[in-house]
Amino acid sequence: MEDKDRTRLIEIIEKFKEDGLISVLQKIQDVFNYLSPETIVMVSKYMKMPLSKIYGVITFYHHFSLKPRGKYTIRVCKGTACHVKGGEENLTRIKRLLSIKEEEVSEDFVWGLETVACVGACALAPVVMINDEYYGKMSLHKTELIIDHYKAIEKTGEYVKYEDKVS
Amino acid sequence: MKIRSVNELSEYRERIVKSHNPKKTTISICNGAGCLALGAKTLSELFENDVKKRNLDIEILKTGCPGFCEKGPLVTIFPQGIFYSKVTSDDVSLIIDETIIKGKIIDRLLYEDPNTKEKIKKVSDVPFYKKQTRRLLSLNDKIDPTNISHYIQYNGYSALSLALFIPQDEIIKEVKKSGLRGRGGGGFPTGMKWEFLKKENASVKYIICNADEGDPGAFMDRALMEGNPHLILEGMIIGGYATGSTEGFVYVRTEYPLALKHITIAIQDAEKLGFLGENILGSGFSFKIKVREGAGAFVCGEETALIASIEGKRGMPRPRPPYPIKSGLFGKPTLINNVETFVNIPYIIQNGGDDYAKIGTKTSKGTKIFALAGKVKNTGLVEVAMGTTLKEIIFEIGGGILGEREFKAVQLGGPSGGCLSSKDLDIGVDYESLILKGAMMGSGGMIVMDETNCMVELARFFMEFVQNESCGKCVPCRIGTRKMLDILTRLTKGKGKQEDILELKRLAKLIKESSLCGLGQTAPNPVLSTINNFPEDYRVHIEEKFCPLCKSKGVFPVRHFKPEEPKKE
Repeated sequence: MEDKDRTRLIEIIEKFKEDGLISVLQKIQDVFNYLSPETIVMVSKYMKMPLSKIYGVITFYHHFSLKPRGKYTIRVCKGTACHVKGGEENLTRIKRLLSIKEEEVSEDFVWGLETVACVGACALAPVVMINDEYYGKMSLHKTELIIDHYKAIEKTGEYVKYEDKVS
Repeated sequence: MKIRSVNELSEYRERIVKSHNPKKTTISICNGAGCLALGAKTLSELFENDVKKRNLDIEILKTGCPGFCEKGPLVTIFPQGIFYSKVTSDDVSLIIDETIIKGKIIDRLLYEDPNTKEKIKKVSDVPFYKKQTRRLLSLNDKIDPTNISHYIQYNGYSALSLALFIPQDEIIKEVKKSGLRGRGGGGFPTGMKWEFLKKENASVKYIICNADEGDPGAFMDRALMEGNPHLILEGMIIGGYATGSTEGFVYVRTEYPLALKHITIAIQDAEKLGFLGENILGSGFSFKIKVREGAGAFVCGEETALIASIEGKRGMPRPRPPYPIKSGLFGKPTLINNVETFVNIPYIIQNGGDDYAKIGTKTSKGTKIFALAGKVKNTGLVEVAMGTTLKEIIFEIGGGILGEREFKAVQLGGPSGGCLSSKDLDIGVDYESLILKGAMMGSGGMIVMDETNCMVELARFFMEFVQNESCGKCVPCRIGTRKMLDILTRLTKGKGKQEDILELKRLAKLIKESSLCGLGQTAPNPVLSTINNFPEDYRVHIEEKFCPLCKSKGVFPVRHFKPEEPKKE
């Protein structure tokens, strides 16, 4: 870990210490993409907490990741409404398009695939989130279009918002 | 600037009302998570740019979710109340040219009643809204949730200014009179809970707003937080005063980034104006509220697990008693209410408990918001008086089943609830009548299924969900749900036996009676209710070893192999 990262990390720990361990870990993950062994050791040192306890909290919650996450994290909603409207098939399609499995990251760290219990947009089932963008009423065709759209972004390096012309 | 007295608040409100021209053309665009998923963000930007470019005196209002997500992105033009649905970016300049400048209505964008084929111009005439009793969601399409003055303009914080100057017992009496019960699904009388906390003698007491809406299929708390966060805060501050609490927490799940953002902004603004902090409105009462973000665990909706999570621990439930009211957060007396419970409070204070109790059934008062989703024509948020029948909600408000298929089942109350069949459609929704039928009010998720949905597969889905989310602390839930899931998975693959049904029932009884917390105690409900209400689905799986519905849904796994590299011998 570089010095500036270490300073940043200590800053975060000191700032959010009062709010408890979970808040600290969330902020670290927001900044550093995931929780590396090195950061966890630092948290343990500065918050005076045994490593086992921190590790226990990290592994309990879905949101924390001990592995680096992809540049584009695709979250497929597995809520009830999405389930009855074919979210499962969507997931299979995405897996095939990107050749990755659930809760995995592609080898080049571009794609990450996660499933979420429910993102709360059930009226538009099936729903997929890519990073912080919601996409609703995902037909298999639309899924392919959106994945292609993001592949194009990755190629050109220019972020263009997806224009919905399907639903 | 801080508002230091009730008079100052009235003056402040008058100033806002005066400066607001009710005749000014306003384009209100839904920016709730639902419409955002359909491109509302781009749409809002285009409207803003277009209006700026033409130098028009028009207000662009980015509101929260009014509830009709199915037809999003939604655009409403005030003062006329013209309601356009499914608006795309291509329609922006057309709307400004035709409707705003020439005053013409664009027929193509109007909502069409699917049954009468009639085009409806006004938002108030849309059948989806017309049959609802909108008390809690009434402001969602009128205010910008990130702008506190909008909320104050519509009498925001006036309930607080009343409450702070009457004795605590009076407030509790009104809440008791209203008959309000916990909207998180438990249905415990809110007034009684508040009274318990008030009686606790402690220097520090906490109030927690449970916004960990984990039930898949429920999204009313999200819409309230995104669309009208100050209403929640107002309810919480009144609760804080009535119970003598010192601090409040809002525990929001991490899957709701927008709700988190809006509630955080709302707290900052309320602090700036003095509705939170020291000596609120000169009453001598001080209160602060902090936001805590969940980290993705369904079990954290259970109150003791939620407390553990705020304390920064693993979200594991603990045995009760002691109840949180005696010993909760950091060992101090703590009250936990759901988002939807708190938003009812300002109404009760302003109109009195008796007025509140005028609508509803004998045991359940007021309105309840349901999240209608699945195979209905109109999905979205539905706020109805308690006692409204399922038939009215699904067929009149929801517009019936998609694609002219047959209604098969409605699933209420998420993973703790159950599935009801067409013979139960005439029951009115209230806490008791749903439990009687083997379902549950839960948080208010209502998912409709048609003839193409297999109930065994649905039971398997819920069991898989609960199994994944079980915290693993107690054996009945950890291992029992695993066993039930194994049996259900076997059934959906056509490998079931006749004895499986008995075994499922036996396990269900065991898990219900011996689990530590609500998650385990209610986990078997979806399975039991499908066994009772849809025996035919189970029969087909067991006797014919094949289910056409599961087959078409691709539940029989289809594998896609990546060609592996040949192994080197």
